[in-house]
Amino acid sequence: MTLPTTTIPGGAASTTPRRSSEDSRRAALPTSRRSDRHRWGTTVLLMLGALTVILPFYVTISMAFKTGEQAVEGEAFALPAPFSVEGFSTAWALTDFPRAFTISILITLATVIGTILLSAMASYAISRNWEKKAYRWAFYYLLAAMFLPFPVLALSQVKLTGMVELANPLGVALLHIMFQISFSTLLFTAFLRSLPAELEESARMDGASTAGAFWRIVFPLMAPMSATVGIFAFLKSWNDFMMPSLIIADPTLQTLPVIQEIFQTQFSNNYHVSFASYLMAMAPAIIAYVISQRWVLSGLTQGAVK
Amino acid sequence: MTTATTSPRTADAPTGVSPRSRPAPRRRPRADRVYLWFLLPTLVLFTLSITMPAVMGIFYSFTDSVGFGEFNFVGLNNYLVMFSDPAILSSYGFTIGVALCTVILVNVVALTLAIGLTSKIRAKTALRTIFVMPMVVSGIIIAFVFQFIFANTVPAAAQALQLGVLEESILADPDLAWISIVLVTAWQAVPQAMLIYIAGLMTVPRDVYEASAIDGASAWKQLRSITLPLISGFVLINVIIGFKDFLGTYEIIVGLTDGGPGTSTRSVAMTIFSGFDNGDYAYQMANSTIFFLITLTIALIQLRLTRGNARI
Repeated sequence: MTLPTTTIPGGAASTTPRRSSEDSRRAALPTSRRSDRHRWGTTVLLMLGALTVILPFYVTISMAFKTGEQAVEGEAFALPAPFSVEGFSTAWALTDFPRAFTISILITLATVIGTILLSAMASYAISRNWEKKAYRWAFYYLLAAMFLPFPVLALSQVKLTGMVELANPLGVALLHIMFQISFSTLLFTAFLRSLPAELEESARMDGASTAGAFWRIVFPLMAPMSATVGIFAFLKSWNDFMMPSLIIADPTLQTLPVIQEIFQTQFSNNYHVSFASYLMAMAPAIIAYVISQRWVLSGLTQGAVK
Repeated sequence: MTTATTSPRTADAPTGVSPRSRPAPRRRPRADRVYLWFLLPTLVLFTLSITMPAVMGIFYSFTDSVGFGEFNFVGLNNYLVMFSDPAILSSYGFTIGVALCTVILVNVVALTLAIGLTSKIRAKTALRTIFVMPMVVSGIIIAFVFQFIFANTVPAAAQALQLGVLEESILADPDLAWISIVLVTAWQAVPQAMLIYIAGLMTVPRDVYEASAIDGASAWKQLRSITLPLISGFVLINVIIGFKDFLGTYEIIVGLTDGGPGTSTRSVAMTIFSGFDNGDYAYQMANSTIFFLITLTIALIQLRLTRGNARI
């Protein structure tokens, strides 16, 4: 949704290998020995700062594993004693976790796949016809949604999705894809511009069609960028609260983040249950982040080596 | 789609290769159609789900529609009423104020962290992974967690330490509740700004620092007269993106205060969403349109300024 952040995941990830090679080069020079020493003061300060980030996660985990009696005392930092998983089993049943999880996963999967395919194809068409006015306009047209915040469109979209039987998870997935298109098209076109056209030319010499050249040559080469686009689509879709809460009419088809609201209204004092539920809802994104961060990093490094 | 487009293309190939015919003009129209098929589905879906609602919203803002049934045109009436509606004005005041405070807090913290994380430190990867973590969790859930911390943990700790003011939950105080919103929004927004700053700091050549260190420049002096000027483009980007994002803030408020106490923390987005409950659909469409114009203005300023800053 935000435009220039786009360059960031790539930027941040690609800096790491560049930096390490720079470090090794510098290490070879005898003169820079002094500055190669690690700054322990900064390290300690950053670790203290990291506590601010860890704290809410610690509170969530420790509260989730408490018994009902201990949780109600409200002492967030006390370790669970005795250790209990009762919160999880209650939360599992209360939120109907398997159902909410499945709906969230399906919306997210559809968003990730749809975003990558649609924006990759559109970007390919745009970047290979950049000299044509119509394609350039199409690019700016798609980009314009970056300036349209969801609240502005929300009421009309609720009305429209209701009219065409899309006030359900499918409608949410479609809207998630459309809100990701601007940003993803921007990333893909920037990437495609740097891709040498000779690769496709040689494929065409061998008799491949434009579509064939795209699917067999260009799309696989776009994999590192697809990963970045996919991760952003994943996070936006999986964590979204605003759109599903407004669009999905049937409460039994609601997504995992939206379902957490029941702990504010109906079960507000069962802290161990609510935190167990929060933890179950957060865990997949955190796990996916840790795994995919490495993947994006290695993808970009490979791209740089070749 | 692939199979349908492949066949005419391959059939065309032999003529294209033949030396006497000119391949370029013949290939063009065929290839064009494939490109069109690549682009068209996206354009159609985009128009239906983004452009149409936008146009619809602007249309209804000039009516007295309640969201369904018949309606009359009322001209600019909705807009005129809006500008003297205390609920709307206070929601804009609140939203802009919170966005400004958050932008300042986020950028100070993010730049500090980025400088720290790009210096020679231990456990760099682990620290970076931790600091990016808030970016990947759901805003509403993290707001629920912080709501518990602000409502229970902080007052309990303040009582134990006899800290006076903090003994009452700040969420229950109409004058202080906004602080919790700034803090939690910043907590979640810092990683994004930090990653932009890290990318920015990587563009600063190392030898500049080495040269100034030889000249005896202090760390503070280096930051002020080397780092900041060199990454000013990134500061600008972060400030503008942040401001635009924080104007739309919604989930964290829902999770922390739900607009309360009273209506002291109601953001513009929350006011717009109330359009369906209160039957003033058309009125809130006018509000949306104004909100859009504000966002658009900021976005255009951003485009202008960043284009001036060459490639960032």
